[in-house]
Amino acid sequence: MKQTAGGRIWGVLAWFAGIVFFAPVAWMFLTSLHSETDAATNPPSLAAPLTLDGYTEFFDGGAWPPLLNSFSASIGSTIIVLLLAIPAAYALSIKPVEKWTDVLFFFLSTKMMPVVAALLPIYLIAQFAGMLDNISFLTLLYCSMNLPIAVWLMRSFLSEVPREILEAASIDGAGLITILRRVVAPIAMPGIAATALICFIFSWNELLFARVLTGVVAGTAPVYLTGFVTSQGLFLAKVCAAAVVVSLPVLIAGFAAQDKLVQGLSLGAVK
Amino acid sequence: MAVLDSRLTGEERPVVDRPPPAPRKKYAKWSTRAPLLPALIFLIIVTQLPFVATLVISFMKWNSLDPTNRGFAGFDNYVNVFTDPDLRSSVVNTIVLTASVVLISLVLGLGLALLLDKKFRGRGFVRTMLIAPFLVVPVAAALIWKHVLYNPEYGLFNGILNWLGFSAQPDWISSMPMSAVVLSLVWQWTPFMMLILLAGLQSKPIEPVEAATIDGASPFQIFRYLTFPHLRQYLELGGLLGSIYIVQNFDAVFTITSGGLGTANLPYMIYQTFYQAHEYGEASAAGVIVVAGSIIIATFALRTVSSLFKEEKR
Repeated sequence: MKQTAGGRIWGVLAWFAGIVFFAPVAWMFLTSLHSETDAATNPPSLAAPLTLDGYTEFFDGGAWPPLLNSFSASIGSTIIVLLLAIPAAYALSIKPVEKWTDVLFFFLSTKMMPVVAALLPIYLIAQFAGMLDNISFLTLLYCSMNLPIAVWLMRSFLSEVPREILEAASIDGAGLITILRRVVAPIAMPGIAATALICFIFSWNELLFARVLTGVVAGTAPVYLTGFVTSQGLFLAKVCAAAVVVSLPVLIAGFAAQDKLVQGLSLGAVK
Repeated sequence: MAVLDSRLTGEERPVVDRPPPAPRKKYAKWSTRAPLLPALIFLIIVTQLPFVATLVISFMKWNSLDPTNRGFAGFDNYVNVFTDPDLRSSVVNTIVLTASVVLISLVLGLGLALLLDKKFRGRGFVRTMLIAPFLVVPVAAALIWKHVLYNPEYGLFNGILNWLGFSAQPDWISSMPMSAVVLSLVWQWTPFMMLILLAGLQSKPIEPVEAATIDGASPFQIFRYLTFPHLRQYLELGGLLGSIYIVQNFDAVFTITSGGLGTANLPYMIYQTFYQAHEYGEASAAGVIVVAGSIIIATFALRTVSSLFKEEKR
């Protein structure tokens, strides 16, 4: 009896914590559906009538180009990263090169370098090559940002492919391409999907590079959001609508990759 | 193998017929390495070469607004970084910001992970609610905290104070700028710590706990002597990965305080020194210092990852 009462207290506490952490997200969503005057009241008006004005104003205010830029940089870099990372992970797990752990840790160590220290030379190179405010250049940088993570993740997924199956397939005379297509791909597919989603999230969220290297043409969604930093007057519903729209792809990708999220964020160190 | 064969058959084949063994071995080696090379070369070019350039520029006198006055500066930039009070305080701010966000979110994350490890109704739903803050785009989250929660006139925090009948309506950001930034980051990073620690808790073997319970150990003793030692490496991992990410934080400082009110950290300072003041030499010197600091954290981080890694291979 005492046990269940104790258990109930933990449950209540967990629910309370969950609601506290979720409250700002819920409030952001609710405010995005209010009119500007209802959004800026004190005490807050919970039951104000709902409207989509905030969203209409956000999309009419030139939100499409930055959103499309973000999509092309995030999706483009994710595809390139996978094309580079999958063969590399293959050479680090299924058919490993000598000293493969050293190579693996080299990949990881590059991720631990603060990007801000490389910002200036990269800016100068972009300037020299005439690539400032160019989405392809940003895409390339996002590739380098995500490649170590993708290699680590893909390696941990590919090393789950049982050796015995690979050996059996090659004894049965299956060629490399067949083995990759028929044996490795089906087992590694969920891992590839999770890796792609995590790379997408990191590229989508990036601000510092985008802020420094892009301007009016290639500005991404986070850069567009920085336009609200010094806003004055009635704009709360609009800023909330903007935050909801820009976060939506990440929320979807994050919950889709939920099971593998920890593994991705800890670079495959935690399963 | 080829030598052995020829001996067994007693046949003397001309040397030219036999493929030279060294190149074939080399070829096999390179064919194993080949899939690795594109990724490796790409990464070295894009991430390592810029650091070399930063190192070189850090010893140069270079302000892009004054292009004729460019040259070798020796250690002047480093001296400037360490004597400039703004840059020095940004070093302190970086340490304060990183340490407080990591420690607070680690403690909260541990508490939440322990709660989520228990069985209760709606656990999956609570877990989803707790992860959500981590999945809000960082700039968007910072904007929400700045304008929608902290705003002194119509922010949610003062609204709640008003509801509860308090007359105080503080200006959160100006009265405690650093805590305001820390709080918003703790909100975003606690779920991260929670997820890592929860994974640690769920990988904990159950038998020792059962044995200890039968032997009459109290829940606190079980936590102290069984759960905590098992969690230690996950706590280390969460702390180190969190440090690596938060040392580099730019979004929250840029958005919530725009580096003002004594909250500028090193990434923001470097951004400002190079992007607004155009002091390329000094910005690079500060960058080299950040790298040096990160190497210290990264060494520990790599060691932790490597120990988890070896355990997994066993």
